Amino acid sequence: MSTIQRNMSLTGDASNHLNFLQKIGTIIGLAGLAIILLSQFNDFSNQGVWLTISLVSITSGILLFSKGSYSGKLEGIKNHGVWFKSVSSRGFWGWIAGISLTGFYIILYFYPGLLGANADGNTGIVGLFDPLSKLLSGNPASQWFVYGTLYTVAILAFGIKFIWKYRHNRYEQLRTISVMFFQTAFAFIIPELMARLNTDNFSLPYNDLKNMWPLNYYAFDSWRVDQFINAQTIGLAFLIFGILSIFVISPILTYKYGKRWYCSWVCGCGGLAETAGDSFRQLSSKKLSAWKFERWMIHSVLVFSVVMTVAVISTYLGYDSSKYWFTKNVFLISVGTFLTLLLTGIMYYKRTELNKTAVKGALAGYIITIAFLIFISFFDLSQIKVNAAYFSFGLNTNSYSLDGALRTFYGFGIGSIFSGVIGTGFYPILGNRVWCRMGCPMAGILGIQQRLFSKFRITTNGGQCISCGNCSTYCEMGIDVRSYAQKGENIVRASCVGCGICSAVCPRGVLKLENDSLDGRISSNEILLGNDVDLMDYVNKN
Amino acid sequence: MDHIVIIGNGISGISAARHIRKMSDKKITIISAETDYFFSRTALMYVYMGHMKFEHTQPYENWFWEKNNITLKKGLVSQVNHQENQLIFQSGETISYDQLILATGSKPNKFGWPGQDLDGVMGMYHKQDLENLEKYAPNNKVCKRAVIVGGGLIGIELAEMLRSREIPVTFLVRESSFWSSVLPAGESGMINRHIKNHHIDLRLGMNLKEIIADENGKVKAVVIQETGEIIDCNVVGLTAGVSPNINFLKDSGIELGRGIKVNRYLETNIPNIYAIGDCAEQHDPIGNRRPIEAVWYTGRMMGETVAQTICGNKIEYKPGHWFNSAKFLDIEYQTYGWVFGKPKEYEAQFHWIHPDDTKCITVSYHKQTRKFLGLNTFGIRMRHEVFDTWLNEKRDVDYVMEHLSEANFDPEFFKTFYKEILSAYHNQTVNA
Repeated sequence: MSTIQRNMSLTGDASNHLNFLQKIGTIIGLAGLAIILLSQFNDFSNQGVWLTISLVSITSGILLFSKGSYSGKLEGIKNHGVWFKSVSSRGFWGWIAGISLTGFYIILYFYPGLLGANADGNTGIVGLFDPLSKLLSGNPASQWFVYGTLYTVAILAFGIKFIWKYRHNRYEQLRTISVMFFQTAFAFIIPELMARLNTDNFSLPYNDLKNMWPLNYYAFDSWRVDQFINAQTIGLAFLIFGILSIFVISPILTYKYGKRWYCSWVCGCGGLAETAGDSFRQLSSKKLSAWKFERWMIHSVLVFSVVMTVAVISTYLGYDSSKYWFTKNVFLISVGTFLTLLLTGIMYYKRTELNKTAVKGALAGYIITIAFLIFISFFDLSQIKVNAAYFSFGLNTNSYSLDGALRTFYGFGIGSIFSGVIGTGFYPILGNRVWCRMGCPMAGILGIQQRLFSKFRITTNGGQCISCGNCSTYCEMGIDVRSYAQKGENIVRASCVGCGICSAVCPRGVLKLENDSLDGRISSNEILLGNDVDLMDYVNKN
Repeated sequence: MDHIVIIGNGISGISAARHIRKMSDKKITIISAETDYFFSRTALMYVYMGHMKFEHTQPYENWFWEKNNITLKKGLVSQVNHQENQLIFQSGETISYDQLILATGSKPNKFGWPGQDLDGVMGMYHKQDLENLEKYAPNNKVCKRAVIVGGGLIGIELAEMLRSREIPVTFLVRESSFWSSVLPAGESGMINRHIKNHHIDLRLGMNLKEIIADENGKVKAVVIQETGEIIDCNVVGLTAGVSPNINFLKDSGIELGRGIKVNRYLETNIPNIYAIGDCAEQHDPIGNRRPIEAVWYTGRMMGETVAQTICGNKIEYKPGHWFNSAKFLDIEYQTYGWVFGKPKEYEAQFHWIHPDDTKCITVSYHKQTRKFLGLNTFGIRMRHEVFDTWLNEKRDVDYVMEHLSEANFDPEFFKTFYKEILSAYHNQTVNA
């Protein structure tokens, strides 16, 4: 397969080739992966030893590669040759990487048996990870444990690479240390250790405290809520923390710092995107049409996630209204009232900040949701049967009740296909934040808060922009940062995750992420600072 | 309906077109021989370095122009016939205008060096220069060494470009220190050291004598004036400044100096012809500014200004406080107000440099009145708006030094140095 040369560079191989350390690093890292692959076909006797060798090889391979890339060079931006290297410019190796990752996700989600996952004793790859799983939780591994381990190793090793790359930039370093910590502690080690607390009459569901609804779409599934309630004080505390997270904690933090506190400092999906995915950030589309698509897409997923969650909760409330003081109808009415108050509040207080499409979109989402609430209140979803085969390309041939079908389809379509197969598998093709930008309902909520109720913005430094385009090129969320900066306008966008790379790559010191007062947060100047004061006054007041 | 024709699709011409369109329905045509669409000239270097593709340097998507009813025409204008209000293209085609804006930019200076037109000799200004560089310096096997002549902003950018492909670079600078006509000695010295840290063979106080050709008429070596040394090379970059691109106007009847002579309304001597950007030359310099300002920002401001005049709101070109910026390899530079390389007789300068040799500032003030005149900052970002305010308020240097941290624009969590700077300032004041 030949790569299409889209840039003007005919050769450019000097910055294209790998140096000695980078080659060694690549070989050692791939050898580590090869061990995992081999274990699939050949059950090792010393699984613990081989697993250790494999994970150490992967990590040290990545670190050697980083050393080859950044050591002995002066501090500064390290983007030489990004568009010449085939892996980072949708060339041959980019497609190979994309296809391999996508294949891995498909097997992981839909054919875990192929990896050796077996309730009666793991074999193959999953078996290789048994010793580590037993060490942590005391239980044998699952395909999710394999995934979680590799995910954490990727964030840690590529995190160090990223810190090395940005060793002149403390903002980048601190937020990377933060995502490395939250992934390792909250997503990986703590839940595994908590599993050790489980006994025959006490059991907590696997719980990553930072993974809040609606990113965690199964947060309020019946079995989880039951388990939490049955797990006495600690379970109830987790359940309450989960609800507070989305309704209290995150709005406050987003008001003070913007959605970046979550998306690029805490979140696991964001963590992988910022570390392992950093080499692909420039691949996101900056077209206006992509932005339009994004706005409809992400908010549709948000509506879907709300509807799905309400449907799921309403059915178990409906089954047993004596168990909770909260009956199905009380629940539906409170959701409806909450959404109505929220929408009218925004429409009234923010009427000057909303454009027509935003109002249209909000109304459409609202009407669909309310219609669905009314539908649920009249019909018992658990009595409506749906055959999943029609919606899953035949992958799933079970028949579900409608609430279960919604839940399953969401889990399949959004949870697996969108966030996993496309979101991560397509890193080398669509960029590293396609899930966060187009699909994540949590990012959708935080985005609305950030756009309308936050002190966060990216400030443009007077008239200093030279329209070079580095900021837009390296924006992983596909924001055309330059289009604001060259107008002297602050960047206040729902999708901005505050990674800070636009500010880092700007050669003229034009962009600064900051939390400042709400006055003048969104400013638009026809004439920029530096020109005639009278002209500025004249034009900008018109 | 008025037909506005603009020659040149750089930042000046495009700014004029955009602002005319905002205010009116006039017919607008933009002519360029260089590219189909507007791109950021300052970003060309990043294309060669692989940071961006050429299309990333285009600030507007291609549909933008048609949507805003701005006609783009590719072609080289060879003659302006102002009696007939007509432009004649090299192809023989003609186009009529009601008002003409000349925004033709610059071309690299050539000072009559022997061999200056050989293959492999180039400036770094036009898109074609970039294509040329790709041809003659694709990698360090084809181009074993490049020599750059002229120590200004474009010279150091070209050096950075070539180094990104690990091509050895010899950098001839006429002055005794890099860009010392503009930068005070402390800053210029720091950049000299930074250039060398990037493994660039910096030769200060050296001039080009001649460029030697091989048997195919291609660059083989250069000879240095001062030492007679011969340096083998495959590419020579001529970056000794730029001058207005106005050759085609020689016999047009439009008054020319080094550039196209304009008054404060950016009007030439011909009533319906204006000139803006790099190619325009003021009859009298404005304040401390040079009569020809070949800077991105001034080009944009002239475009914004002339658009007003053309749309009936006649207004002088009256730029605010001077500012500029650049990046020297890894070190960013910003300037606000006036800091002179060779201090004026009324000017005192306070200089602070960080021990790591990558950050420094110079603050300029009036010796007698202590009025703050300007600041240069290297490796530390500062806020344009704050300095603009302080200059408007005519603050004295002590106020500025005490409040310097308010102007900080570095990213969050960056280490700041305002305490060190202030204490150095106090020590110096006491000593003086």
